Amino acid sequence: MITPQIIKEHGLSDAEYGRIQKALGRAPTFVELGIFSAMWSEHCSYKSSRVYLKSFPTKGADVLQGPGENAGVIDIGGGMALAFKMESHNHPSFIEPYQGAATGVGGILRDIFTMGARPVASLNSLRFGSTENPKTRFLLEGVVSGIAGYGNCIGVPTVGGEVFFNESYDGNCLVNVMTVGVLKKDRIFKGMGKGAGNPVIYAGSKTGRDGIHGAVMASDVFGAGGEERRPTVQVGDPFSEKLLLEACLELFKTDHVIGIQDMGAAGLTSSSAEMASRGKCGMEIYIDAVPRREDGMSAYEVMLSESQERMLIVVKKGTEDAVREIFHKWDLDACVIGKITDDGKLRVIEGGKTAAEIPIVSLTDGAPVYDRPVKRPAWQDGLGLFDVEKIPQPLDRIAPPRKDCAPTAIDGMTYNDAALRILSSLNVASKSWIYRQFDYMVRTDTMVCPGSDAAMVRIKGTDKAIAMTIDCNSRYCYLDPFKGAALAVAEAARNLSVSGARPVALTDCLNFGNPERPEVMWQFKEAVRGIREACLAFGIPVVSGNVSLYNETSGKSVYPTPVIGMIGIIDDIKDLRTQWFQNKGDVIGMLGVNAGGLGGSEYLKVLHGVEKGQVHLDLDAEKKVGDACLKAIKNSIIISSHDVSDGGALVALAECCLNPGRALGAQVELPLAGMRLDEALFGEFGPRAIVSFKEKDAGALEKICSSCGISFKAIGVVKGDALKIGWYVNLPVSEIQDAWGGALERFVNG
Amino acid sequence: MKFAIIVFPGSNCDHDCYHAVKHVFKQDADYVWHKAASLDGYDCVILPGGFSYGDYLRTGAIARFSPVMGAVMEFAKKGKPVLGICNGFQILTEAGLLPGVLMRNKGLKFICSRVSVRVENNATAFTSAYKKGAVASIPIAHADGNYYADAETIKRLEGEGRVVFRYSTPEGDVTAEANPNGSVSNIAAIVNEAGNVMGAMPHPERACEDALGSIGGHKVFESIIKNRAPR
Repeated sequence: MITPQIIKEHGLSDAEYGRIQKALGRAPTFVELGIFSAMWSEHCSYKSSRVYLKSFPTKGADVLQGPGENAGVIDIGGGMALAFKMESHNHPSFIEPYQGAATGVGGILRDIFTMGARPVASLNSLRFGSTENPKTRFLLEGVVSGIAGYGNCIGVPTVGGEVFFNESYDGNCLVNVMTVGVLKKDRIFKGMGKGAGNPVIYAGSKTGRDGIHGAVMASDVFGAGGEERRPTVQVGDPFSEKLLLEACLELFKTDHVIGIQDMGAAGLTSSSAEMASRGKCGMEIYIDAVPRREDGMSAYEVMLSESQERMLIVVKKGTEDAVREIFHKWDLDACVIGKITDDGKLRVIEGGKTAAEIPIVSLTDGAPVYDRPVKRPAWQDGLGLFDVEKIPQPLDRIAPPRKDCAPTAIDGMTYNDAALRILSSLNVASKSWIYRQFDYMVRTDTMVCPGSDAAMVRIKGTDKAIAMTIDCNSRYCYLDPFKGAALAVAEAARNLSVSGARPVALTDCLNFGNPERPEVMWQFKEAVRGIREACLAFGIPVVSGNVSLYNETSGKSVYPTPVIGMIGIIDDIKDLRTQWFQNKGDVIGMLGVNAGGLGGSEYLKVLHGVEKGQVHLDLDAEKKVGDACLKAIKNSIIISSHDVSDGGALVALAECCLNPGRALGAQVELPLAGMRLDEALFGEFGPRAIVSFKEKDAGALEKICSSCGISFKAIGVVKGDALKIGWYVNLPVSEIQDAWGGALERFVNG
Repeated sequence: MKFAIIVFPGSNCDHDCYHAVKHVFKQDADYVWHKAASLDGYDCVILPGGFSYGDYLRTGAIARFSPVMGAVMEFAKKGKPVLGICNGFQILTEAGLLPGVLMRNKGLKFICSRVSVRVENNATAFTSAYKKGAVASIPIAHADGNYYADAETIKRLEGEGRVVFRYSTPEGDVTAEANPNGSVSNIAAIVNEAGNVMGAMPHPERACEDALGSIGGHKVFESIIKNRAPR
């Protein structure tokens, strides 16, 4: 008997329940209710976001597969293609950080190899609460170990990522993981079932009771005690996944497969329904045939379990034995659990009886779509208001204080002190404590160790390399979701361009609060608009993505966090650049304008505790700076290049000095143009790149910049063992290394 | 020269070893599935890194029961070169082909990093291309690389020159700071009594090409190839 209480526990509204009855022409069985509940959950149905996602540009000459499949695929020439996607595992990671993060990695890996690709690199984007929050350290340690535990074991290098700490994530950490795989462009496998009578094969680990209704859990806000939901978190087994990966890749060399999909969120339910839906057919599941880890599991539990490392495969009739043999070689279960039908229904049969019979279209295309109310938040106006004149500056200790300066200097703090404070802020500081725990070198393709603007892996047997980056400044997105989201795209493109890679396509992971709140929906709508605008400006399509809503605890939402994962291609490995100064005597230049602008800066947050101000967006200039970098790299003029982002020019310059091979100093004069020193040093406005080059190439570089329509200025030279900027900063690189390099470890060790 | 690269369920550096041997050093190489019974026709066996059997129970503890290990023992007994890298080293200690054990790193965390090792003995089939005392930069990537053996065993290893690589500073000083994982006497690689079986925690296959930032491991393969045992 389905009671209102049961309906509520399944996360369904009364109206949605009415819709289910209408779709079936009767009341659902308990199994059917569970299936509907999972398929119509926000996590699986994208019911609140779908109306907006349609606006993304998804086409392009290189796009072989856009959104809607397990991953997007792009053509990279030479018969090769890349499959990539990003996924969130936010809710489970907050409840149980190790397993939550580990299974997040496992899930995205399966999304990639189910397309027929060998995963070659993973990245992650993490958000944690304030460093003052005692839980932050626990979550950070757990999440990092979870990613390491899974990724290292399976042997896919974790080559890059980003981390940001802010109190808005105190009640919901964010764990977004992205994986990139390489495949042949004519061997793309899809999650599609076809051909009535073809067998449906279950392969991989056995099914247990873990993660039942995980998708529903991930589609709800947390109250106090969210940790009580621990049983809805799955447990990962990277060893089984490694076997599954190798077995699947072996299987893909045959011609037996019609379609394949991993059992991710909503497990067998979503994989069966989605495969049948894409193939416009039906599917019959013999639930008793599903391999199980525990006795006494009901059809409901088996259909909704989110046990990991499982695949659903539709194969050509008659090839069952050959397919089974491949999985058995890898010590994995594989058995026929159903067949394709032509009646458009998902039928679950238990003990000879029909436990569920649902028109598939009602689960997928017929799922509810909401155009939820949208309202610009009342607080938004106040965020933009910020008067720099009221902000005291660090002490300009050499020159006499300028009259037009801030009212009072920050007590006793020099620019050296301020610089060290910002360099040791965890949002800016080195993330080596994290990436040292990741095997970033396995597969022997990693061309640049983590820490530079973009991660780069070569493709053996070609001259090509793939450049990857993952970016989002959530503070900008909070201050202005439209500009912030557009800037996330712009920063990603900039990170690739300065590394010598041509940006080609992106995946996204849109992390927001409760969509039932109009203010959150406004943030979402604005962010989607921002991504769209930026994509159009750069000519970059969105080929895959994920939406994670309900990142909210006790009424408090996370900052809007539309994370962008972007792929770039380097056609010739010799055009690869890192951010690090290479030789003493090289000239340092700045491409773009040092525009100042403290709105939303790390400086304001760290030294003044303020998160306010205007956010600056100039997509035209962004594109031009990127083009100029690429052109100058192609012409072998630029030796190193680094984009300016969080922490402004000072942080960028310091990072350029900290070459992991050999740290080098620099003597720099920043163009001040009447600006306050703190603006010039720490301002984050305007696309800029710090480059180094040989003096003889200055003219050529200037010419390239002017032909691209951007400003260029030589600002210094690589020399000595200290970073000296004007009269106001003079820091030995060893001191910078200590502040910046050790901050995260000091935090973790308390 | 023909290399056998053993593939256990969970090996994940098998492709890297294959690439190094086949494409960097232009030698013959085969992947050999862990159920193979014979290693006839091969001149060198590599047990690659990874997480054989998920490192469940204890690193290398299950893999050492794989059918191929009988053939590996035979192969070693004939005096032919066997190189165990990372998880391969762990398997060799579990199989008793090398003494000691690899425990959890002293910091309890996985460490991926480029480290310096000093060549302690260049009179082996794996290190003859190095100069004695040379320092090589070779990456490590492991959670269980903390080499331990009882004092008597260590004394024997040291006395017989069986410590091949030791973690050191880039200048070649063997210090506590240069020891990434807590190994006794900074031990990074050892050989068996006959000198034809080497276990190393650092990954030489990750340091054979300039493009990857270090060629510190190149001479390991160079040595093996140069010292090819007559068939």
